[in-house]
Amino acid sequence: MADVIRCEAVGLQYVRGDGPEVLHDLSFGVPEGGFRWLLGPSGAGKTSLLRLLYLAVRPSRGRLEILGTEIAGVKRRALPGLRRRIGVVFQDFRLLAHLSAFDNVALPLRIAGRPEGQIRADVTEMLRWVGLSAKTASRPPELSGGEQQRVAIARAVIARPDLLVADEPTGNLDEAQAERLMQLLQEMNRLGTTVLVATHNEGLVRRHPARTLRLSHGRLIADGGVG
Amino acid sequence: MAELAELRDRRSARLRPGGFDDLGLRRALGDRLLPLLVAAMTFLAALALTGFVAAAALARHWREGAESALTVQVPQPGGPADQGTRRERVLAILRGTPGIAQARALSDEALSDLLRPWLGSEAQSLALPLPAVVEVHLSGDGPDLRALAQRLTQAVPGTLVESHGVWVARLSTLARSLQACAGLALLVVAAVAASVVAVATRAGLAARREAIGIVHSLGATDGYIAGRFARRATLLAFLGSALGALTALPVLLGLADLAAPFAGLQGIAEPPNGVWAWLAALPLPLWLALPGLPLAAGAIGWLTAQATVRRWLRRLS
Repeated sequence: MADVIRCEAVGLQYVRGDGPEVLHDLSFGVPEGGFRWLLGPSGAGKTSLLRLLYLAVRPSRGRLEILGTEIAGVKRRALPGLRRRIGVVFQDFRLLAHLSAFDNVALPLRIAGRPEGQIRADVTEMLRWVGLSAKTASRPPELSGGEQQRVAIARAVIARPDLLVADEPTGNLDEAQAERLMQLLQEMNRLGTTVLVATHNEGLVRRHPARTLRLSHGRLIADGGVG
Repeated sequence: MAELAELRDRRSARLRPGGFDDLGLRRALGDRLLPLLVAAMTFLAALALTGFVAAAALARHWREGAESALTVQVPQPGGPADQGTRRERVLAILRGTPGIAQARALSDEALSDLLRPWLGSEAQSLALPLPAVVEVHLSGDGPDLRALAQRLTQAVPGTLVESHGVWVARLSTLARSLQACAGLALLVVAAVAASVVAVATRAGLAARREAIGIVHSLGATDGYIAGRFARRATLLAFLGSALGALTALPVLLGLADLAAPFAGLQGIAEPPNGVWAWLAALPLPLWLALPGLPLAAGAIGWLTAQATVRRWLRRLS
């Protein structure tokens, strides 16, 4: 089975040339339909790795392949199409405060130019799935942290991405909501989406054992094991 | 029940507001300052355009006048001379001179038209001793003007020969210069309008930096984001420009009214009977060009916003 993510000696510098390297010589692969926990202490480079994976930055060196496309050499105009196949749950949600929960979730579909009728049906169903049917017209500032996180998750999965990356998706959720989210992610994974979740929640990892990538000081110190 | 239905309607309206504004540009590119600045630019452009059209009309008027490259004035035209009146003698000499295609004495009405700007429409009733004016059209290089003038003065003393050539050339140059200045003013106004749109767009980009980053990360293309800005900038520039053009219209009609006597018109007639005459005081090219100003402003808004946003987006991966 082809790898959805393939890293070979990948390094990342935010400032090209003299800047410090925040990721060093990362080499790993995640096959299609795979599930990975991304673990490591704060400052280990988890968010930087996720930024590479959702194409916010390009690697400074090495070879990074996402969804079969080599990222370093790909033309800039090819990236938006690739990004639409990647769902992202940001640690800070990154919702648009002036839009309703409905419009926030609908955003990826509208950007992709889907018909409005289909958008309405899909978004309504998705908001029902994450338990926010009663909050469709609410704007993010009117929602609790947990509700905002669920909107962010709904937005990440609404377009049925091939790859889903999530940065601390349970950070603002209580245990019950975190479990519900895990069921959602596992359901996506069962349907074929490759999932990579960065978390500090060791309890969650223990309850949902899966292969783990462990980072420390920008280096991959473990790729394997379960939980 | 009614309250429930109202709540449902309100919620539905909030779900899909008209003109989905994902980047929040209605606030970032406000509907006050930019349209007002574009309105002011358009007002200036309308004045410059009027100058351009007026200079073109003057140049054409003078060029047409230059076809009669020579004017001969005959004081006391009815006085006696060899073989008839002084006027007839001058005409006979002119028609018999090689290099002259045509010599025609202006009628009293044509003379009155010429003098109307200075003496009013009742010039003939003032009993002024007006000279006869003979329009002379030359052929080829024309005759030796100095020798012709000498012959005419000897035959009919007091006759004045005036060549238009030099003055027409000078006036044409002046008109062309005025046209060029007006054209330059139009270009400057367009450049300033583009700068105003660019500054407003950059301010909008700075204000909506985070939202742009979000839609970019969700797979929005540069064209999608630039299109959002361009649509807003086009709308604001078009509306502002339409306001400016409408504001300029009465001013231009007033100027046309002031210029009407010099163009041989009777000035503005009083509405309601003369409303069409009032509007017709403005030359046709201006009527065609004025609606073009909002369209041009919209185009400037679209192009400037597209270029500004696309250049800015290059910093994102």
